[in-house]
Amino acid sequence: MAAQEVASQPSDTLTTLKTESETLKTKLEEERAKLHDVELHQVAEKIEALGQFVMKTRRTLKGHGNKVLCMDWCKDKRRIVSSSQDGKVIVWDAFTTNKEHAVTMPCTWVMACAYAPSGCAVACGGLDNKCSVYPLSLDKNENLAAKKKSVAMHTNYLSACCFTNSDMQILTSSGDGTCALWDVESGQMLQSFHGHAADVLCLDLAPSETGNTFVSGGCDKKACVWDMRTGQCIQSFETHESDINSVRYYPSGDAFASGSDDATCRLYDLRADREVAIYSKESIIFGTSSVDFSLSGRLLFGGYNDYTINVWDVLKGTRVSILFGHENRVSTLRVSPDGTAFCSGSWDHTLRIWA
Amino acid sequence: MTINTLSQDGVQRQQMPCLTKMERMIISMQDPDMGIKLRNQRLLITVIPHAMTGLDIVEWLIKKCSISDEEALHVGQLFVKYGYIYPLKEPRNLILKADDSSYRFQTPYYWMSTRWPASELDYAIYLAKKNIRKQGELIEYEKECYNALHKRINHTWDFVVMQAREQLRASKQRRKGDRIVLECQEQAYWLVNRPPVSPEHYKLTTLTKNTIAMLTPWCSLKYIGVSNLNGSYVKYCEQYQPHDPIMQGCLPSNPWITDDIMFWNMNSETYMFIVALPTKLRVERWSFSFMELLNDQMGRKEFLTYLEKEFSAENLCFWQACEDVRHGETAKIPEKVDEVYKQFLAPGASRWVNIDSKTMEKTLEGLKRPHRFVLDDAQMHIYFLMKKDSYPRYLKSELYKNLLARAIVPQETKKSVFPFMRRQRHSSPSPALATQTAEDDGKAKYSNSNSGTASRL
Repeated sequence: MAAQEVASQPSDTLTTLKTESETLKTKLEEERAKLHDVELHQVAEKIEALGQFVMKTRRTLKGHGNKVLCMDWCKDKRRIVSSSQDGKVIVWDAFTTNKEHAVTMPCTWVMACAYAPSGCAVACGGLDNKCSVYPLSLDKNENLAAKKKSVAMHTNYLSACCFTNSDMQILTSSGDGTCALWDVESGQMLQSFHGHAADVLCLDLAPSETGNTFVSGGCDKKACVWDMRTGQCIQSFETHESDINSVRYYPSGDAFASGSDDATCRLYDLRADREVAIYSKESIIFGTSSVDFSLSGRLLFGGYNDYTINVWDVLKGTRVSILFGHENRVSTLRVSPDGTAFCSGSWDHTLRIWA
Repeated sequence: MTINTLSQDGVQRQQMPCLTKMERMIISMQDPDMGIKLRNQRLLITVIPHAMTGLDIVEWLIKKCSISDEEALHVGQLFVKYGYIYPLKEPRNLILKADDSSYRFQTPYYWMSTRWPASELDYAIYLAKKNIRKQGELIEYEKECYNALHKRINHTWDFVVMQAREQLRASKQRRKGDRIVLECQEQAYWLVNRPPVSPEHYKLTTLTKNTIAMLTPWCSLKYIGVSNLNGSYVKYCEQYQPHDPIMQGCLPSNPWITDDIMFWNMNSETYMFIVALPTKLRVERWSFSFMELLNDQMGRKEFLTYLEKEFSAENLCFWQACEDVRHGETAKIPEKVDEVYKQFLAPGASRWVNIDSKTMEKTLEGLKRPHRFVLDDAQMHIYFLMKKDSYPRYLKSELYKNLLARAIVPQETKKSVFPFMRRQRHSSPSPALATQTAEDDGKAKYSNSNSGTASRL
């Protein structure tokens, strides 16, 4: 490995700020501890436990030539877009398993992809440090790559992207430690979000009435909630012991779950401003790569680096089921828009639909 | 997990947390009282000390973690794959078998965490040793590596050969049993950690920015006791459970399971299917929250019909127009804002909305320099007006109650019992087709559920 040059830092201000940060954090913890709180699973003791859980692979999508890194659902509840390490981005009708569009990106490791709300375009990016939007043409002869629009530009790899409420804006997160909001037509950066001390690996938009916030997770073990209008970090949570690979809002928007390399998933409540549940088990050793909730928020699905998918009872904190099937790391997992199924993508080159 | 191998301040990132966890478990497996019982195992003519069977490992895991056979085998398999446990009989086959096959714990010297990444030089010495000991003992993969290394580090090859000879001489002086154990350990280590012939090169980046952690005014936040809020999770889950297909199934059936797309057709939001009557569950869901009503295209249309009867439809239209400004193309913002002003805010406007004077004053002031969020306050005001006033009245209205009464409860379609009678999986028109013919006039393209109403400006 090449030797890295480290730029000299203004160490005094950095140390002072760090000390100040630590003091504030301790004070915060003291204040929180003063409230005698009951854990979520204790409140949930009275509700019925979930019965035997049976979920099977209903579709297997084969066609990628290398590790599948990311996927997203179309709002029509049956189409998906997926991206892989070899630079291919494929749009499938997951119901029939037919491939409808395919794009070859000029870079490898396409770590992020997203379906536009209208269903007319997809966005993707990765090691090229950019996020590009491809309008989906139904003309079989048309080369999709020709109409590509370069939207976002970061100074390090693109880790995640998603459209906001329309096709006109994209939110991105990057290995350069920042998130940004972009106007698709002009490629202009509308807002940038600074605060993570390391790579940002994931993000999710809040399903709130005002639709103005989003959460991000990074290699600094922090999950941050941001105001999209002002660029400010509103809240921050730091209880994970390793990189946060995935964040997803609870359907009501009052909380979010996170999945990390420390092999746990955690639930953070935004109103109480703290972690309210941990989903972990001694036999689960490998990190969580992706998490998502079922429609009612009762179940949390986690894709893990040991090739399995674990299903958690969000309220009781117990593991309901473990799903085997993938032959390599599960890298991405999303529940369909109407909650009828979820899709998992893996380094074994396939995607599976489970229901 | 990131592909950057160095952290922000240039320090080598610590090893994967999964390795620490595995090592902790391996240590408890070797605990003299609570760990796995080790015994001597016979390997051909030699006796190997401190070995165990695959079944021992699986049974210990079942007991310790309270998991099933399948999961215990899966977890045990990981230990073998990462080199913490190695098989004695078929060393190249890194698989855990839940029978009387023999396994041994790898010595900590060779643990992945202490020796990662494996050095090229060490591997070269290992291969050279094998080559010297017995000509032609290298397998295909090892031959390739040997040649590649010979080329790449040719300048130190004398050192490699010398080291190999020294190590072989030293091992000859050991007892046979010890020698075999050491050879097994070394072999197992390299089977797991052998460097690839053509290693993938991750993109290494030098970090050019120093990011200082943002400090936010924590103390100004209000603290709410968690016990007050935990009840809200239970309430939400219970309310939505009948609507959660994975939890409770859906009627007529889950399309992914039965291949029947009736469920999607009946709940369609696109213009492709004109839905005569909605399902009961769908109409019920509109009563959960104002957002649920607005998010459903049909719900929104019904609500608009109700508002028209009340002569307050301009509120919803205004709200939609504001959404279009907020999420639309940046370049078109000034003209859109102007349109909104003309239609909804100007004195004497055809669809004037009733906003309080303070908000109106602030908004009009902001219109002088229109930006994406200039209508936010006014939009918020109208939204909450509808939410607090029109929405609850709508739920009590005859219009809503009639629809709820007429709404259908679909009959269940069972999955076909006969495999050869599997339903044909019909394709559906791509959403890209639906809007391709529509005019592209810079209006914010939402999902089809909104496109109709958004063009009502």
